[in-house]
Amino acid sequence: MSDPQLTLESNAPAVRKRKDIAGPFIRIAKYTGMRIIVLFITVVIGIYLVVLVANMGGYVDEIRRGAIREQISMQIYMSRDPVLMALSAEEKNQMVADQVLIEEHRRGLDKPFIIRSFAFLENAITLNLGYAQDMVSDTGSKQVRLILLERLIPTLLMWGAGNLLLFFVGLFVGLFLSRRYGSILDKIVIALAPTSSAPAWFYGLFLILIFAGILRVLPFGGLVAAPPPPNKLDYGLSVLEHLILPTSAIFISTIALSIFNRRTFFLIYSQEDYVEMAKAKGLPDRLIERRYILKPTLPPILTDFLLTVIYLWTGAVILETVFNWPGLGRALYQAIGSFDTAVIVGAQVIFAYLLAATVFVLDFLYALVDPRVRIGEGKRA
Amino acid sequence: MKTLREIFSYPAAVIGLILIILLLAISVFAIVSMPYNEAIRLWRGGEDIWYNVPKMAAPEWSNYFRSVKLPESIIISSDDESVEKVYSKSSEEISEVEFSFTFDYNYDTFPDEITFFFHTQFNEKKPHVNIKLINPDGEEIRIGSMSAADSASFILSQDEVLFRRLGRVLLPHQAVMAIDPKDENSLAQKGTYTFLFKGSLFEADSDLDAEMVVFGDVYGIAGTDHRRRDLTVALLWGTPIALIFGLLAALGTSVTTMFIAAIGTWYGGWVDAVIQRVTEINLILPVLPILIMVGTFYSRSIWVMLGVLIMLYIFGGGIKSYRAIFLQVKESAYIEAAQAYGASNSRIVIRYLVPRIIPTLIPQLVTLIPTFVFVETALNVLGLGDPILPTWGKLISDANLNGALYQGLYYWILEPAGLLMITGLAFSLFGFALDRIFNPRLRGM
Repeated sequence: MSDPQLTLESNAPAVRKRKDIAGPFIRIAKYTGMRIIVLFITVVIGIYLVVLVANMGGYVDEIRRGAIREQISMQIYMSRDPVLMALSAEEKNQMVADQVLIEEHRRGLDKPFIIRSFAFLENAITLNLGYAQDMVSDTGSKQVRLILLERLIPTLLMWGAGNLLLFFVGLFVGLFLSRRYGSILDKIVIALAPTSSAPAWFYGLFLILIFAGILRVLPFGGLVAAPPPPNKLDYGLSVLEHLILPTSAIFISTIALSIFNRRTFFLIYSQEDYVEMAKAKGLPDRLIERRYILKPTLPPILTDFLLTVIYLWTGAVILETVFNWPGLGRALYQAIGSFDTAVIVGAQVIFAYLLAATVFVLDFLYALVDPRVRIGEGKRA
Repeated sequence: MKTLREIFSYPAAVIGLILIILLLAISVFAIVSMPYNEAIRLWRGGEDIWYNVPKMAAPEWSNYFRSVKLPESIIISSDDESVEKVYSKSSEEISEVEFSFTFDYNYDTFPDEITFFFHTQFNEKKPHVNIKLINPDGEEIRIGSMSAADSASFILSQDEVLFRRLGRVLLPHQAVMAIDPKDENSLAQKGTYTFLFKGSLFEADSDLDAEMVVFGDVYGIAGTDHRRRDLTVALLWGTPIALIFGLLAALGTSVTTMFIAAIGTWYGGWVDAVIQRVTEINLILPVLPILIMVGTFYSRSIWVMLGVLIMLYIFGGGIKSYRAIFLQVKESAYIEAAQAYGASNSRIVIRYLVPRIIPTLIPQLVTLIPTFVFVETALNVLGLGDPILPTWGKLISDANLNGALYQGLYYWILEPAGLLMITGLAFSLFGFALDRIFNPRLRGM
């Protein structure tokens, strides 16, 4: 979708006087800094909303109480202190109960909700996410933070691969088709655009069915072969092999629409007067494409891409479940299965951070390519 | 009228429209042929309803694509008219009843299972029954004898005595039908089989009835799942549920989004700023995970999910694009004219701003429908679907949990997925065409 506001404004900056060389960097840094602050505030508010939703049934309280109990029990039962070891089981239980009450009071769990909610918020933002009931990380820890951070790498691998492929293929094929519009290939892409109404996991099912079920050439799912290959090269190759289907699913689910959008966008832009002018001057096609079409359209394309990525993120849970991919989404799915509340809330927090990070990365790129940020003046539409 | 004619000039729109009508027809058929309560009863039913249906059976038409045909189920009951019950009294109290079930079996593969269900009447002394099988060669095979309580069942494959007697090579229900029961790879013998039942009744008003089910590997037009349920129940009823969910969610989100964008642009200032900021916050709220949280902690009802989904999407990316259009419209001369004649703010928003965006809204609404249908399916696949309703997503979820893809039970996934695909294509084909008709700016492209 093109944004008419941007269309109008991005033509506006005419040739400006060149200021000092440090200018652009400072401006980009300033812009980026502002964005970090705004995004951080946004994340805080977003997480606070998550806390409010989660705590309506008192679940966050439970997580914190559980964490306190776990900690105190560990201290008392595992203690090597002879005084404590001499106590009977009942006395120990009594002691745990007393200590838990004191600790709960100390952490303010008996205070009204409004005050407590800010304590939760602080915990969530600092990724102090409590302890899982059943789930454990590969290192054997029950800390939600460790469990989730460990799952983050596979998730980033899959979504990074899928989205980068999507972005570049969409961009270049779109550019290519805008030059050849009306051709058979162009018509095929237009005809295929409606296939993007189905999400990635849906295509994933078909891909598994064809390539794993019937042809048996690619694995059904998972991150590496079982047992994992011992040497690093084989391990990497095995991961790559497992990456093919989920990445293709992401790619197939969105590519047709994204090429279609880019191509339409480039078509509109390639009818601008300055492009006609460049053509009249006899500049080579490649130069026209790169300097006169691609460059001014990049900021709105990034914005559009951002929305796509965010839309795709929300499907992470289910795509990872379908492909048995040991990422964040699958962790969330497993947590639902075992009703592990701490992990469920923790995953929300990580997702909020991830989305914010995505917005930030694209905003930063935006700052790099948008002349209005680099040269100064003018505001983002 | 002009629009209608224009729609028909786009083949994509016509295909989309036909598919939408097809889906509506399926919905109507589902509601008419299987009332809601009946559908729920069937879907929630266990062995009591589906006892004589094979487990995880492929649809019957799948046989057309197979070189080795899979057997269909054969069900014969002593209540059938073709079965004759012969009573013979041997004393005041004791009598005998005989009947036989005859069927042709023309498949190379064995049936999935053979089970007898007994229905008896007695006060104290249970009837006793003796079962024999006459195979196509005319040989007589003793199956077993047992006292039959009411609603007792006899499952051939699980009978240890029979298994031992038939040589422990093939399972009993296979061995009795095998060409060579001693050969592990033996095929089933084709021809006419007869099961002979001889019941001894020890009371004057005692009676014995039996039902035989030779479970096949194919069933009906859609096949069955792991709980023996006929997939047609969920396939049919999933259609209206998906359509209603998609339509309500698309309407709910796009109309409210449009109004919020209109109000924000018209009033400007802090109202606009607040709306913009809320939209930005909403952008980083992970929608599906939040729905998952709501589903786990509060309620899995489809209507609660619908409400939450609408709330999360109201401040979605749509606001930005509507805002851009409203900003342009706001400067139009006719708005100025309206202001000059003293129209109130709300009048301007409702009568002058909103109608201008309808051409953009309608195609977007139509293309949004499948998005929400897929969200609903996704929730089901994650096991957070409505606990009562039979839906497409439930089928995919069950199929996934039971390893349908690993076991080659492709029909189980392909059928609901096919319907989903049709829904997705139908609405987006139609929506794309509408977009071109209503927004001619793109038409030349």
